[in-house]
Amino acid sequence: MSTQGMPTPNAGRGVAADWMQNPVRLLVEQASYAYSASDRDAPDFTLGPVTFGARQREVVGILGPNASGKSTLLHLLSGEFKPLSGRVELDGKPPGQLPLRERAQRIALVHQESALMFPLRVWEYVLQGRYPYGRRLRFENEADCLMAENALAQVGAKQLLDRRMDQLSGGEGQRVILARALAQQPMLLLLDEPTRHLDIGGKVQLMRRLRRLAEENRYAMVVVTHELNLAAEFFDSVVLLQRGKCVASGKPADVYRKELLEQTFETELDVELNASGKPRVILRGAETEATEAAESSAKAKTESQ
Amino acid sequence: MRPLTPRRIAGICALLAGVLFIVVVFSLQVGAYPISVRDVAMTLVRGALGHWSNIPSSDRLIVFGLRLPRIALGILVGAALSVSGASFQALLRNPLADPYVLGVSSGAALGAILALVWLPQFPWAMQGLAFLGALATIAAVYFLGRRKGQLDSTTLLLAGIITASFLSAIIMFLMTTVSGRDLRGMAFWLMGDLGTAPAIGLGFLFVVLLIGIGAIYTTSSDLNLILTGEQEAHHLGVNVPRVKLVVYVSASLLTGLAVSVSGAIGYVGLLIPHVMRMLFGSDYRVLIPASAIGGAIAVALADTLARTVVAPTELPVGAVTAAIGAPVFIYLLRRRLA
Repeated sequence: MSTQGMPTPNAGRGVAADWMQNPVRLLVEQASYAYSASDRDAPDFTLGPVTFGARQREVVGILGPNASGKSTLLHLLSGEFKPLSGRVELDGKPPGQLPLRERAQRIALVHQESALMFPLRVWEYVLQGRYPYGRRLRFENEADCLMAENALAQVGAKQLLDRRMDQLSGGEGQRVILARALAQQPMLLLLDEPTRHLDIGGKVQLMRRLRRLAEENRYAMVVVTHELNLAAEFFDSVVLLQRGKCVASGKPADVYRKELLEQTFETELDVELNASGKPRVILRGAETEATEAAESSAKAKTESQ
Repeated sequence: MRPLTPRRIAGICALLAGVLFIVVVFSLQVGAYPISVRDVAMTLVRGALGHWSNIPSSDRLIVFGLRLPRIALGILVGAALSVSGASFQALLRNPLADPYVLGVSSGAALGAILALVWLPQFPWAMQGLAFLGALATIAAVYFLGRRKGQLDSTTLLLAGIITASFLSAIIMFLMTTVSGRDLRGMAFWLMGDLGTAPAIGLGFLFVVLLIGIGAIYTTSSDLNLILTGEQEAHHLGVNVPRVKLVVYVSASLLTGLAVSVSGAIGYVGLLIPHVMRMLFGSDYRVLIPASAIGGAIAVALADTLARTVVAPTELPVGAVTAAIGAPVFIYLLRRRLA
């Protein structure tokens, strides 16, 4: 699974960046956004202000309970939404101002799943990632095919090339969807809950793969996830959201504080450091209930006596 | 990996065009007055070379005066319906969409009838109002078929079917009350019939057909991506609203064109793209031209059946397409749900 001979994504764009010693690719500064039912109403949901950055080869996790604004933040990064205040910049340019095709050459968004109405071959699907590089009505050339094959090889799915999309397992499909994003040769890779339908082994494998891809292809990567422990293990930094507010951001070891996480996720938990100094979250739900039950039964006993 | 090349598309089109040619020759032969293949060939060659005086007058009248114009009309209608069906299937992301099922054909038929009633002196108005009727109907069905802002497959089809039956009721009302003038018979508008020659030149109608298909073809790469989801297509750089506008307008134009000359013929727009997908894959860059020629073959063949099975009487061609199409539709529906 060598990537030698594959044109490095972002070659050319990366030249200036190299001597500047890896500057910040993605910059999010005091960015905020708000939804409202109509212009006059008070906003129903406000996000931000959020501040963080991602260099190339860096993986940033966006964490938080449901409805905390994770997907909204991802839309701000993809250029889909324009921030109400503050700024979002990719290599100095707000992604929302780029024409759609140019944006798709720089940013790839990996959705949770792709619904396919008509059976499509894996290679056809991955070749779609080359769309932003052609004219409107285009036919793929050999370079595109090579790129698609390499993308599949990078996610360890080369053997799936001729399979049909609707016959893939969850994990296989996930890898193929990722391969299409790689075929876009982006500088910024955004992933929305990529581990959602994977078993525990698949989750670890995917995280390792993302880590390696960020390294090899020099992506800046932002991953929305519910997996606190995997994020702590594999990500460089995390952004913790709660009801649209950014409650903490930074290295996992700094963000993962017991009180903060307990308050954010509204559940009791413990945070330990493992041997390599990375934090690990341990849930205490069942234990607490057991203790409470024991306590109440003990109380009941004393009362009856 | 076998990416699609223009060469492969040309090959597929040539193959289908060959089949179409055979169908045309067959269709020229059969009928109340059979003509041998040899005579058909001779007549065609002589006609093409301009040696009109060498053709027996009866053959000339039957081939060039009666059968060929009707076959050409079938080709026009088949190509238009089939391409608009394929387009609606991509835009609505629903493999069961088609101008007839969605009620678009009925909308176009109503438009054409209103033109006949209000503006009988302008042959043009029929095509124009049929187009507007198609456009208005697809817009209505699109909005009726949404649930919580999302296109819902079942709701959409139900909305289409109900719209179609409502429009058919209005058509019947008009046909019954405005009679006294001959509005070409109910069957023409409700079932589809190729027995009446249009008031406008065929050559001109073909130009409109090619413009419509051409406009849709320029978006075929975009349609491939829209099939996997509008959001995803958008993130890959497709200008989704622009593509949708171009394709809705062009597909309505094609439906209006077909319906204004033949009434509402069902199942062609639904089944032909399906068959082509099975044969040549679901890539719209090949599916659009393959559906166009495939639809032409299907309607030309169906019309030949329509005018021969119960000779000397004729069936409306829509009865033939429905008799064949409905069972196949049910089969596809069940296979999809299974």
